[in-house]
Amino acid sequence: MDAIILQILNGLDKGSAYALIALGLTLIFGTLGVVNFAHGALFMIGAFCAVTLSRILTLSHTVVDETKTDFLGNPLKVDVPYIYDIFGQTTGDAIIDWAVPISILFAIPVMVAIGFIMERGLIKHFYKRPHADQILVTFGLAIVLQEIIKYFYGANPIPTPAPDAFRGSFDFGAMLGFDPNTIIYPYWRLVYFAFSALIIGAVFAFLQFTTFGMVVRAGMADRETVGLLGINIDKRFTIMFGIAAAVAGLAGVMYAPINSPNYHMGMDFLVLSFVVVVVGGMGSLSGAVLAGFLLGILESFASMAIVLETLPGINQIIIYLVAIIILLTRPRGLMGRKGVMEE
Amino acid sequence: MGLTKKDFTLLIIVACLALFAPFILNPFPEGSAMAQFNAGYPDLMQRLVIFGIFAIGFNILFGLTGYLSFGHAAFLGVGSYAAIWMMKLLTMNVIPAIIISVLVAGLFSLLVGWISLRRSGIYFSILTLAFAQMSYALAYSVLTPITGGETGLQPKYTDPRILDGALAPGETPRANLFGLDMKSSFQVSAGDWIFTFNAGYYVAAVIMLIAFYLSIRIFRSPFGMMLRAVKSNQQRLNYTGLNAKPYTLAAFVISGMYAGLAGGLLVAMDTQVGAERMFWTASGEVVLMTILGGAGTLIGPVLGAGFIKYFENIISKINKSILEQWFAFMPDGIEDLLITLVYPFIGKGWHLTLGILFMLVVIFLPGGLVEGGQRVARLFKRKKPSDDTPDGKTTPAE
Repeated sequence: MDAIILQILNGLDKGSAYALIALGLTLIFGTLGVVNFAHGALFMIGAFCAVTLSRILTLSHTVVDETKTDFLGNPLKVDVPYIYDIFGQTTGDAIIDWAVPISILFAIPVMVAIGFIMERGLIKHFYKRPHADQILVTFGLAIVLQEIIKYFYGANPIPTPAPDAFRGSFDFGAMLGFDPNTIIYPYWRLVYFAFSALIIGAVFAFLQFTTFGMVVRAGMADRETVGLLGINIDKRFTIMFGIAAAVAGLAGVMYAPINSPNYHMGMDFLVLSFVVVVVGGMGSLSGAVLAGFLLGILESFASMAIVLETLPGINQIIIYLVAIIILLTRPRGLMGRKGVMEE
Repeated sequence: MGLTKKDFTLLIIVACLALFAPFILNPFPEGSAMAQFNAGYPDLMQRLVIFGIFAIGFNILFGLTGYLSFGHAAFLGVGSYAAIWMMKLLTMNVIPAIIISVLVAGLFSLLVGWISLRRSGIYFSILTLAFAQMSYALAYSVLTPITGGETGLQPKYTDPRILDGALAPGETPRANLFGLDMKSSFQVSAGDWIFTFNAGYYVAAVIMLIAFYLSIRIFRSPFGMMLRAVKSNQQRLNYTGLNAKPYTLAAFVISGMYAGLAGGLLVAMDTQVGAERMFWTASGEVVLMTILGGAGTLIGPVLGAGFIKYFENIISKINKSILEQWFAFMPDGIEDLLITLVYPFIGKGWHLTLGILFMLVVIFLPGGLVEGGQRVARLFKRKKPSDDTPDGKTTPAE
């Protein structure tokens, strides 16, 4: 029992990342009808927003500290971040410690801007082209983006720690009445799950309860008719692209402490996220979220020792296997709508 | 040979290019400043033709039927593993290895194709991608006894090799064609030029020519016409009472066999295999080659493969000091500026160059290098009136 709960928890953080990326992919696909292979790169850029901000915050100048001396007796030179000069040492330390959560504020405008530029500059010209062309051009864009990041940040993963307050683990077992230390779970992953649930909720609420969201949903159903009503649907879809980019970026920002960002993390997630979208059903937002969590949890169950003993290697292939089975038995995916991508 | 005059000329041109590649790829004398652009060394030449075969095969599927497979590297990998096992168990002669690699890849692609071709469009791409990633993950983990996992496989001294008999002590197993060592090459020097003729390269080149000839025949056959019909309008095909599935499946298996052949040849040349050649980026690479050269054209994939492999090798080799040599004649300020501008695109930045190039091709030249060539040719032709068709290219109706 405790093992099962532990695996469900383990699946949640990966599942959250899948769900967030798949949600963005589906938003783009549902609104613009474009298959965006560069979405993983947006996730990766989000993670590097966190890296960048923590680098900016720790930007230092050297001062000579008269009170301390090195082993030769000379006054010691220490690096003092500029942020100490502005806020003082205690506040400065706290800000540096909380760099990752603060990056959220930094990442939103950056990601929305990148999304706008991508949509207006490139993807706009590909609406009328076949899906194969869209896949290819965004695939090329993904390569370019990740190589640019590699050029500036190098090929090695860059550790980006979570704030001290979340660094420990949380003893779930004790809370639920199991023996202590049977189910322990890192705080940050819990934060990640809560955060992604919040984002997913916000996106759904935005689409469901605002006039803007209503127009967008109408546009997803029938773009032409909405256009004929005198609404500039293209502009709204561009904004949705920006939002989708921001969702992917935020998923990346918060994922940075879980897995040190490297330049190809986007591609690793992208392949799986596409599988998630297809399993959930192309163009179905709730399907994407559901499939994301489902596959994340399935993956962590498949890596249990008992399962691996009977079916060795299953943890590597479970997601693809499920995708193949679902595509063959339910061609539209779990919650796919009729008439979407059925050529 | 059952070819029209135009196709026959094309085949002859490709044959000449392949035959004289050691000369053509080595235009600069040894030791000169331009020598780094030489590509006439065996390893690279072998890669050029082998990936040419891979792309020709991929083009039969993607170029003719429009089905975009993102998992073709799996067939290449499976072919490679089959070939290496042939070399371990039977003989170091490359013929059985290549034959078995084609057969095994064909069988595997039959299985994958049979399942994946139930869907089309993006779903097909994802399904093939899923199969390829599964094969890759399995080759890395559970199938380690067969695939060697992370270390990969090489022929060893202790392998049984029933047909070859025991090796002399200290002798390493070498791939051969009835005794002709694949690695043996002989050099001709003319003045400062050194030309290398490699046995393995010529074996691969002959096989590439056969593969190219077969692909021309497929393109021009009624079967090829059916595949084009699948691309232009599958629905209409169904309404006329034809089932497209057997045709697409046949195309899928044929292109899988081509990939297996390429995999077998890779093993025949360097007698080793690792799982990383099945990774999905490897599948992406063959897509890049085909698109860059021109999907749906005969010569395009060969050009694309040659282009990518050539520049991959050459550009990756250029480093900062070579750049400094090139720009040395300029004033210092401009030299530094140029070096800073160019540096991100060379050496390790090759993938950046490739990505940008690929995007430019997809955006502005959807027909690839071949279309580019046609446009340039038309530009020159326009000066004199000609009675050609206004647009020789056929655009499929989506």
